[in-house]
Amino acid sequence: MSSSQSASSEDAQEVYEKVITGLGDKTYTDHSCEVVSDAGEGAQKCGQGFGALSAKMGNGAWTVEIIPAEIEPPPRTPGSTSGVGIRIGQDKITNAGDAVKLVIAFNEQVLLSRHRVNAMSDDCIILIDSKWRTHVNPKVVGEWEDAMKEMSTKNYKWILVPLEAETLKVVDNPKLGKNMFALGLLCHIYDRDVQIAKDQVAYTFRKKPPAVTEANHKLLEAGIAWAAENLDFRFLVPARPPTSELLVMNGNEAFGMGALAAGIDVCAMYPITPASSVSHYLADVYDNFGGMVHQAEDEIAAIGVALGSSYTGKTAMTITSGPGLALKGEFIGLALMIEMPLIIIDVQRGGPSTGLPTKVEQSDLLCVLYGQPGDGPKIVMAPSSIEECFHCIITARQIAETLRTCVFILSDANLATGQTPFERPKLDAKWMAGPPKQTSVPEGSRPYEWNLDTGISERFIPGQRGGEHTVTGLNHDESSRVNYEPATNQLGHAMRSRKIAVFAETLNAPIPYGGDEGDLLIVGWGSTRGAIEEAVDRARAKGLKASSLHLTFLSPLQPGIKEACDKFTKVMTVELNYSDASDDPHITPTNRRRGQLATLLRAQLLIDCGSWGKVHGAPLQPAVLLGIIEKYIPKA
Amino acid sequence: MDTSLLDISGAADERTFTANDYKGPTARWCPGCGDFSILATTRRLLELEQLAPEKTLFVSGIGCSSRFPHYLKTYGFHGIHGRALPLALGAKLRRPDLHVFVVMGDGDCTSIGAGHWIHAIRYNPNMTVLLLDNNIYGLTKKQTSPTTPVNYKTNTQPKGSYLNPLHPISVTLGVANASFVAQTADWIPAHLLATMRAAQQHKGLSFIRILQRCPKWTIDIFDAKVKTPDEMMILNHANGITDPKVQKMYKNQMEHDPSDLDAARALTGMTSHIPLGLFYKNEDAAIYNELRMNKSFTTEEKMANLEKEFDRYAV
Repeated sequence: MSSSQSASSEDAQEVYEKVITGLGDKTYTDHSCEVVSDAGEGAQKCGQGFGALSAKMGNGAWTVEIIPAEIEPPPRTPGSTSGVGIRIGQDKITNAGDAVKLVIAFNEQVLLSRHRVNAMSDDCIILIDSKWRTHVNPKVVGEWEDAMKEMSTKNYKWILVPLEAETLKVVDNPKLGKNMFALGLLCHIYDRDVQIAKDQVAYTFRKKPPAVTEANHKLLEAGIAWAAENLDFRFLVPARPPTSELLVMNGNEAFGMGALAAGIDVCAMYPITPASSVSHYLADVYDNFGGMVHQAEDEIAAIGVALGSSYTGKTAMTITSGPGLALKGEFIGLALMIEMPLIIIDVQRGGPSTGLPTKVEQSDLLCVLYGQPGDGPKIVMAPSSIEECFHCIITARQIAETLRTCVFILSDANLATGQTPFERPKLDAKWMAGPPKQTSVPEGSRPYEWNLDTGISERFIPGQRGGEHTVTGLNHDESSRVNYEPATNQLGHAMRSRKIAVFAETLNAPIPYGGDEGDLLIVGWGSTRGAIEEAVDRARAKGLKASSLHLTFLSPLQPGIKEACDKFTKVMTVELNYSDASDDPHITPTNRRRGQLATLLRAQLLIDCGSWGKVHGAPLQPAVLLGIIEKYIPKA
Repeated sequence: MDTSLLDISGAADERTFTANDYKGPTARWCPGCGDFSILATTRRLLELEQLAPEKTLFVSGIGCSSRFPHYLKTYGFHGIHGRALPLALGAKLRRPDLHVFVVMGDGDCTSIGAGHWIHAIRYNPNMTVLLLDNNIYGLTKKQTSPTTPVNYKTNTQPKGSYLNPLHPISVTLGVANASFVAQTADWIPAHLLATMRAAQQHKGLSFIRILQRCPKWTIDIFDAKVKTPDEMMILNHANGITDPKVQKMYKNQMEHDPSDLDAARALTGMTSHIPLGLFYKNEDAAIYNELRMNKSFTTEEKMANLEKEFDRYAV
């Protein structure tokens, strides 16, 4: 432990003793850090602001939120940790990366929570508020000492910062200021453009009185000045001026904007973490697009309202997460039975049940595929980046309307709250296609006049003369009349299934990343793409013949997956869901429960794939996956 | 107001509709079922109001009564158990041009869908809601429903149902923003029709509890009522539902001002008679689907506004 001043508020004037790290300035291709505080102290504003201003400078950036499941849990407890991890790079950054190299912690308890999940690298530099070490309350000092003892197993480099004491020189309430002082520290350490940083601070507080921005600018400058005076190192990650126009947002905002671009009229929802913020964004701006967010009385009503709206010719979607998805099951079956276009976004979190509400998991795949009673052919797609969150809704609407079916979009907490820049989309008026026609239905045509070859039929919408019929969840014939005949039931099933097969024919085969043959093929889906491909890059750099295959569609599966797998000695799925390990106690090849994609690939394509899955509630780290790859590929 | 889906052909609708124009396939209810009378009365209502079949939507849940839309030649949505109201709200939200009716049974509305019932009353969308209350689960064969009388023997409570029933009118009147609450009976077609007409013309959610005979499971409950017109108490008021035929037929009548919520609530406790008529009406109650109507935009305007959104998030 480096010596430093005791910075309790009583003796804030004591002179700070500079810590000699001897690190100096060093340039990196990418670097990652975290800012953690008690919930309510604003570490998220600091971290997100740092990510955004770095992106504005032209850096690649990825931020990942660390969110407690409660709003204001008891302070100075590991469960109170709120913050952001930020990874910036000279080039595009596609994932949160590995354990961080720098942390700013507002107290030792929140830091401890990050230590316990191995969030920090062994040589991580830790800037921590020094006030707790010499606090007047001996209990606090005892907690500090216990925490330091627990963390002494690592070679962290400690720098005690008079965070609160310095903040108090600018504002009266340190709870509303430490975060911007911390941003100043980061701006110095990473050599950020001060004007861009000030603009970012102004943007952060744009809804507050100007005096608030003024005070926060002072804090930012104080942080920069303090760091310049007292720190002897900087991590330089030079920015490259962007070659195209970029937007920076999180995945849920991208969903919201995607919904606007796709001309979605109604988003019906019930509050659930981590999906709700899609509706927060939309509710804020929907009036400028003629759309509406309907907050329903429950999850069931939310999908019911969306379905009713779609039935009358409006484009509708519902957003949810695992527990809500479970409640929507019966309506999903109805939507599939009556062949009603509907977009269902599931922002996955840890399960089962309430699970880990704020943390990432990919455990809803099989529930989405098979979760409603009866046979339910449907489209399931999974965006693998924040940019894809935007574009997939446009695709989803087109598929839903063309096929008259439900399209599920599987996102997760990692995409939902992560922020990264992506290319500004070029809008197309066709995406917003207007309301369906209200012309009369030709005499003799029927509401389920299936094309026997494709299973596709044209729906009639209320208002169309001559199209009067009753849609029903009961089995029905082509006229939508209730029908219990064996042949009619068989036909309806076949038609609903056939259109999915017809759609599969339009899909392209996924292209392996890293080379189309070798020793190991990693198959993944959803938000893990960036981390998997980075691990493949690192493995290839080490001479290991590893590649990856990322699936955008989970139902139907894209063609060519089996053929791609056949060119590798081993195939393994990597997923953020639970898988027994093959060497776990009692586990045999026959009773082993594997990851969900592994189960699907084995069942559907007879691919004898391995399964790696972890449910740590954290994004996949490329370094962790590299270790797995090295284990799987035999040494030459 | 969003008019993008309204019929803008400009041609005046010169069609006239007869009750037959609304007639769908033959209904498959048990002989003697009160639903037949409600169906016939509904067709008569549609004719009287000259509602265009393609602009008329009947939404239902699951149960005997929820087969209702199938037997009409309008648009229909036969949904899932208890969930007719969210479907209907979704349909109405962006389609003010549609005449939306909801048909539910007592299991549908007051049991599995009770949450939606309470919230639909509060949303108060402009639609007509019919509760076809036969005091029993019919299609699943005689299980206790929330409106089954206490001690009444059913297949799930063979020693007799344990609890006093809930009163659908009393529950509805307890919800903030209730705007039209009435009670009628399937075997008094004139009163039924007058009630449905008043409901259809009311702006906001009109909730009608229709006492409905089930010839199969609860015949004993309703037979006595049908045969004893003196059990009925007709509610009269200048602002209520009045039908000369009914006034002639029924001995017991009383004045009830439907703007008086406390009096309406007190009426639900009446044990001597069954009050029929308009319990409560509030024409000033907020109408959710109207509150939520916003300006519509052309594709060009939307694209320009989305570019502005991009600017906000531009690096």
